[in-house]
Amino acid sequence: MIINHPLLGPRDAQEFTYLGDASMIHRPHWQAEDAIDQFHDYTYLRDNPAGSHRELWFHEQGDRSWLVVTRNTLTHEIEKVELASDVAKAEGRSR
Amino acid sequence: MTKDFRIKGGVVNRDKKLNFRFEGKAYEGYEGDTLASALLANGERVLARSFKYHRPRGVFSAGSEEPNALVTLREGAYQEPNVRATVTELYEGLVAKGQNYRGCLKHDLMAINDLMSPFLSAGFYYKTFMWPAVFWEKLYEPIIRKAAGLGELSMLEDPDAYDKGFLHCDLLMIGSGPSGLMAALAAGRAGLHVILTDEDFRMGGRLNAETQEVDGKAGHVWAEEVLSELEGMKNVRLLSRTTVYGAFDHGIFGALERVSDHKKEGSGDVRQILWRIYSKRSILAAGAIERSIAFGNNDRPGIMMAGAARAYANRYGVALGQNISVFTNNDDGWQTTRDLHAKGVNVAAIIDSRSSTSQTAPSGVETIMNTAVMDTKGRHGLNSITLTNGRTIKTDGLAVSGGWSPAVHLTCHQRGRPAWNEDLAAFLPGGDLPVGMSVVGSANGTMTLSACLNEGLNIANKVIEELGAKPSDLSVPKAEDETFATSAFWHVKESKKRAWVDLQNDVTAKDVKLSHQEGFRAVEHLKRYTTLGMATDQGKTSNMLGLAIMAEASGKTIPEVGTTMFRPPYSPVSLSALAGRSRGKEFRPTRLTPSHQWAEEQGAVFVEAGAWLRAQWYPKDGETHWRESVNREAKAVRESVGLCDVSTLGKIDVQGSDTAEFLNRIYANGFVKLPVGKTRYGIMLREDGMVMDDGTTARLAENHFLMTTTTANAVGVFRHMEFCKQCLWPDLDVQLISATEQYAQFAVAGPNSRKVLEKIVDKECDISNDAFPFMACGDITVCGGIKARLFRISFSGELAYEIAVPARYGDSLVRVLMDAGKEFNITPYGTEALNVLRIEKGHATGNELNGQSTALNLGMDRMVSRKKDFIGNVLYQRENLVREDALKLVGFKSVSPNQELLAGSHFIGVDKNNVQENDQGWMTSVCYSPNLESFIGLGYIKSGDSRMGERVRAVDLLSKTETLVEIVSPHFVDPEGSRLRD
Amino acid sequence: MRYSGFSVIREALRGNKGWKPVWRDPEPQSEYDIIIVGGGGHGLATAYYLAKEFGEKKIAVLEKGWLGSGNIGRNTTIVRSNYMLEGNEPFYEFSMKLWENLEQDFNYNAMMSQRGILNLCHTDGQRDAFRRRGNAMLLMGADAELLTNEQIREMCPFLNFDDARFPIKGGLLQRRAGTARHDGVAWGYARGADMRGVDLVQNCDVTGFVIENGVCKGVETSRGTINAKKVGVAVAGSSGRVMEKAGMRLPIESHVLQAFVSEGLKPTIPGVITFGAGHFYVSQSDKGGLVFGGDIDGYNTYAQRGNLPVIEDVCEGGIALMPMIGRAKLLRSWGGIMDMSMDGSPFIDKTHIEGLYLNAGWCYGGFKATPASGYCFAHLLSKDEPHKVATAYRLDRFKTGHIIDEKGVGAQPNLH
Repeated sequence: MIINHPLLGPRDAQEFTYLGDASMIHRPHWQAEDAIDQFHDYTYLRDNPAGSHRELWFHEQGDRSWLVVTRNTLTHEIEKVELASDVAKAEGRSR
Repeated sequence: MTKDFRIKGGVVNRDKKLNFRFEGKAYEGYEGDTLASALLANGERVLARSFKYHRPRGVFSAGSEEPNALVTLREGAYQEPNVRATVTELYEGLVAKGQNYRGCLKHDLMAINDLMSPFLSAGFYYKTFMWPAVFWEKLYEPIIRKAAGLGELSMLEDPDAYDKGFLHCDLLMIGSGPSGLMAALAAGRAGLHVILTDEDFRMGGRLNAETQEVDGKAGHVWAEEVLSELEGMKNVRLLSRTTVYGAFDHGIFGALERVSDHKKEGSGDVRQILWRIYSKRSILAAGAIERSIAFGNNDRPGIMMAGAARAYANRYGVALGQNISVFTNNDDGWQTTRDLHAKGVNVAAIIDSRSSTSQTAPSGVETIMNTAVMDTKGRHGLNSITLTNGRTIKTDGLAVSGGWSPAVHLTCHQRGRPAWNEDLAAFLPGGDLPVGMSVVGSANGTMTLSACLNEGLNIANKVIEELGAKPSDLSVPKAEDETFATSAFWHVKESKKRAWVDLQNDVTAKDVKLSHQEGFRAVEHLKRYTTLGMATDQGKTSNMLGLAIMAEASGKTIPEVGTTMFRPPYSPVSLSALAGRSRGKEFRPTRLTPSHQWAEEQGAVFVEAGAWLRAQWYPKDGETHWRESVNREAKAVRESVGLCDVSTLGKIDVQGSDTAEFLNRIYANGFVKLPVGKTRYGIMLREDGMVMDDGTTARLAENHFLMTTTTANAVGVFRHMEFCKQCLWPDLDVQLISATEQYAQFAVAGPNSRKVLEKIVDKECDISNDAFPFMACGDITVCGGIKARLFRISFSGELAYEIAVPARYGDSLVRVLMDAGKEFNITPYGTEALNVLRIEKGHATGNELNGQSTALNLGMDRMVSRKKDFIGNVLYQRENLVREDALKLVGFKSVSPNQELLAGSHFIGVDKNNVQENDQGWMTSVCYSPNLESFIGLGYIKSGDSRMGERVRAVDLLSKTETLVEIVSPHFVDPEGSRLRD
Repeated sequence: MRYSGFSVIREALRGNKGWKPVWRDPEPQSEYDIIIVGGGGHGLATAYYLAKEFGEKKIAVLEKGWLGSGNIGRNTTIVRSNYMLEGNEPFYEFSMKLWENLEQDFNYNAMMSQRGILNLCHTDGQRDAFRRRGNAMLLMGADAELLTNEQIREMCPFLNFDDARFPIKGGLLQRRAGTARHDGVAWGYARGADMRGVDLVQNCDVTGFVIENGVCKGVETSRGTINAKKVGVAVAGSSGRVMEKAGMRLPIESHVLQAFVSEGLKPTIPGVITFGAGHFYVSQSDKGGLVFGGDIDGYNTYAQRGNLPVIEDVCEGGIALMPMIGRAKLLRSWGGIMDMSMDGSPFIDKTHIEGLYLNAGWCYGGFKATPASGYCFAHLLSKDEPHKVATAYRLDRFKTGHIIDEKGVGAQPNLH
């Protein structure tokens, strides 16, 4: 596969390490009342669609960017590639 | 007596004779021959034996689709089984032999199986060999295994070298027949970067095998001219002898170039290159594969595909026989008749299953319409055929054409399904092609020459425009459109004799029908039950026939029955080529520590630690057992001073105004309050609460920390921290960089360590106990101004330091330190002594930090903060992880000190049985402690911390030994830690 | 019809005209006691044991494609019970015992061949871990041996002992392990289930579940609604997709595992061999092909195909371990979709929906589990309580921390 890195252009997927569902950006609050349930869902229940999937890839043998790659799990077609830090900020993560 | 079947014409080089041997016999052929054409020319008909019935097998095709003519090529370590003679380029000195026979190839003792065939029908083995159960492994299976298989490996290491490479192009052309050449020429002239591949050693595809003219000249001459123009273009790369074997995601293709398979072994060249081709677009012009017709005894040597017979005559100047016949269901078979007749081969008859045709046979050739071949005779080669009208015709060669199937294989590699075309009675490329792929020529069902040239040009021009280039003014050369009318005809029902469908695996029409009869009717069931299409040719010539007979049996149409998936590779690829140079010692890269060369000079024994090689121990003259060396090294550290290269530990440099807060969230224990100039031990958890890693982190400045990780987890921890930084807390002001390879780091450990260091540390740096106490860290200079970092940390439990210098000074530093330490008898120690020292102190490493342990298990629960957010804090609290009787890491001592312990033994109560219910835990690490003069160990045992003094059995059922051990504190040496602080 | 050497000879002498279909091709009825969704190995085995061991009647297996088209149709056929953890090993050893008597039990030769599995280790730490595992196996009633290099040399002289980047330092051998003919297993179970009246319905795609007030009453299919008292889902590889129709999110990701077979060769290697310093395992089929595999590709996918890097990685491991297979050729590669669970271990459990049961999460190790999985799932479906060797395979185990993580890599499915 080829991942079109937003900063570096097309790179072979072999340079990357895969983590999975981009919802892992949304780490719950540790002091929530149902924190164990929330962390359980966060850690163990991930999106696994047959179709478009937002997922985290790490450019391990490159610039060390974490990317959010939107990829179709049926065809492997890559629809979108974003810097994970941009996505995280846009989705409300901060400090 | 063998006869000469060489006839006039062809493109072999008759000026260059080549000598070769087959089955120990010497032959001659020409440059440009394949092994198959050369053996055919010499009148050899039996080249192989079939898989199950050991029937004699001859040459069936003229390409990589060959199911029959498999030989073992070369000798000794170069021996290669299952080589298709039809694509083996002849070279001077070639040696080959037959395979899968007992006795000799002509008289195979295993041919007895053929007589047993009624009992060996499809799937017979599922129904028998069940009683008694043990007989399967002892009796039946060994016999079956020995009989099965085809060729034999030499069992020696492959002596050849293989390369891998990447290629990038605008357009990958697969196939260099008329449509492929036309497309390549168009794209080349338009300036695209083109890679033109062909599996054959001679490019041109069927143009080399046909007599049709292009642009007023012989097809192969036109091809040569086009190829020569392409060769002159800088933007075009020609790769002959190169099979594109797989279509992968995003326009990436795998291709195998056979660089020196056409040379005698030991040529010095790499044997093959595995190319990964990255293409913007691809055009598949792989042609079509002719298929057979099922009739009685259709498997005899001397029966081959009509197109192949034509190729042998036109390209190689070899006749299939001296008096041949043709059996066809289409017009193309007539072309074979005409071509062979024109070459002076006597054609006894052309038999066409259709009632009429527009074709005419050359004069003197008998035409028999509306008739089929139903049986053949000839033990080691055809000598007669019997027709459905009862007539028997003497003939020594039969060219069969059941029509052509487009080579759609690569179009299916991404799970595209081919679509049925009734006119061609064939599957064509379906809608779901791999990204960027177009298909032209007969691979696309375009079966005639002029149309192929047209399509090649048109599709190429379309691709050129889509890629933003401008098509050239290239026009289609003059050529004719031959007729190819076909009428589906698969199976001669009048045949009483077995009619082969899959020639290699011995699947007959009866087997297909039996499969239907027994309910194995889905295509996949048919394939799996009968093994149809699962031989080395993957059913290229047989699958269609099998489908058709199944359709017939079930009263369905062929597309209703379905098609099997084609999967990579298109044709078999040697495992060596796929491995390339990653083998032997080069299997994976080797990382060397900065002191490696020095350690080598000391005669160190090295051990693999992940990708690293580390000194394991440093044997001295007279030491006969590794333990002797290790004991000496471990004692030296406790008694004087030792030196160990610890550069392999991961080093992560963390900077930014939020660094302290960031690390506070990464580690389970607190880091915010760590003062500048101090180091702290930390444990970090995974989000699931298990311990991920441990190590020390130094605060070099307010906003500058240096973290160390274990050697094994350096990469993973770094990745994890980048995840936390970029994905969880993107606004924290933190920057990370790996500094593992930038620094050489040495542990200088033992009561005399300070004295040694003082000799090399520059005077202005005070490292006295007061100025530089336990856990201090700081920048220093050594040896007159060389920048270094010093950490007063200890893994051994002794007064100890780790000193780091830029990696380039590592070799010098170790020599300087050894020199400085001479008066204290400084002793280099390796990973074994390191292990002894850490076990003596109860420090956990890989065997304890196995990803299944929590801080509670490790006895570090009190380090885990309850007052802050950090990775893993919530799930760490789950009920089963904090249970009362959780496993605890404790120490173990042999009750009799000389009794050896084994890591991995399990703990069982003294008077309990060795069953799982009584399993209390296991020993994780053991060593002989030269300081305690006892075998000691660490291990996890239920509620271990509250069981001090209890005795349990450490049981190793594998070696049937056990040791009585006492549960003790894991801190065997200096439990108060006073030595650290001296 | 009972199969035997005698029946083969008798039918051969009659021109093989007498063989009957191995299974019927029934129309689905409107109602069953128990419906199994998925006609792969586990589904067929479940149906077989439900009928044979638990006396259940009115059972149907609904299969979207053809019988045996699940991962039982595309695996590397390895049977072993060399697990370490308490939650796993008794289950796999139970499975092994069922394997050992399977062919006689269902009267079909699935070519279960106990030629052993040899796991090689290349570091002292790995050897320690093998000793821990071997002892756990022995404590739980399985067989295990820890071999020295000399013993391994004798057994497999062709391994790379002398020029290895990661030298072999020993191995864990389970002699009772081996391989079985995967399709034969599916067909044996299917035939046995059919003979006992189970309706095996092919080309029947389950498109939804009929759920009323939290109770599952049946399934919607491409061939109409079918009611059932209980519905058991055994569709590993598609579990996420299918259970989504019941509104469930699973601790499972779908990944592709590629597998490979070489051209046929005369006997080359003895049993199953696994490389401990790279991703490579291999056995040789009765037909002579080297059947081998390695790591999953590592990204979520439902496409049954993989990519080049893993193919090369696997072959690199192969040549590093056994350089003498270099001139053998890769014949065919394929990909199967794995239910990669969050701790690498499976689920056999009730769901929160009454009447709906799940068998899933087999990662790349479902084949060896087929008999026990079927047996235990049948037990659960029939008795509404888990079989004693499958009590750990609960869906809620991550909430309580009862993790069964053999590899110790945590909640990262692509590393299991």
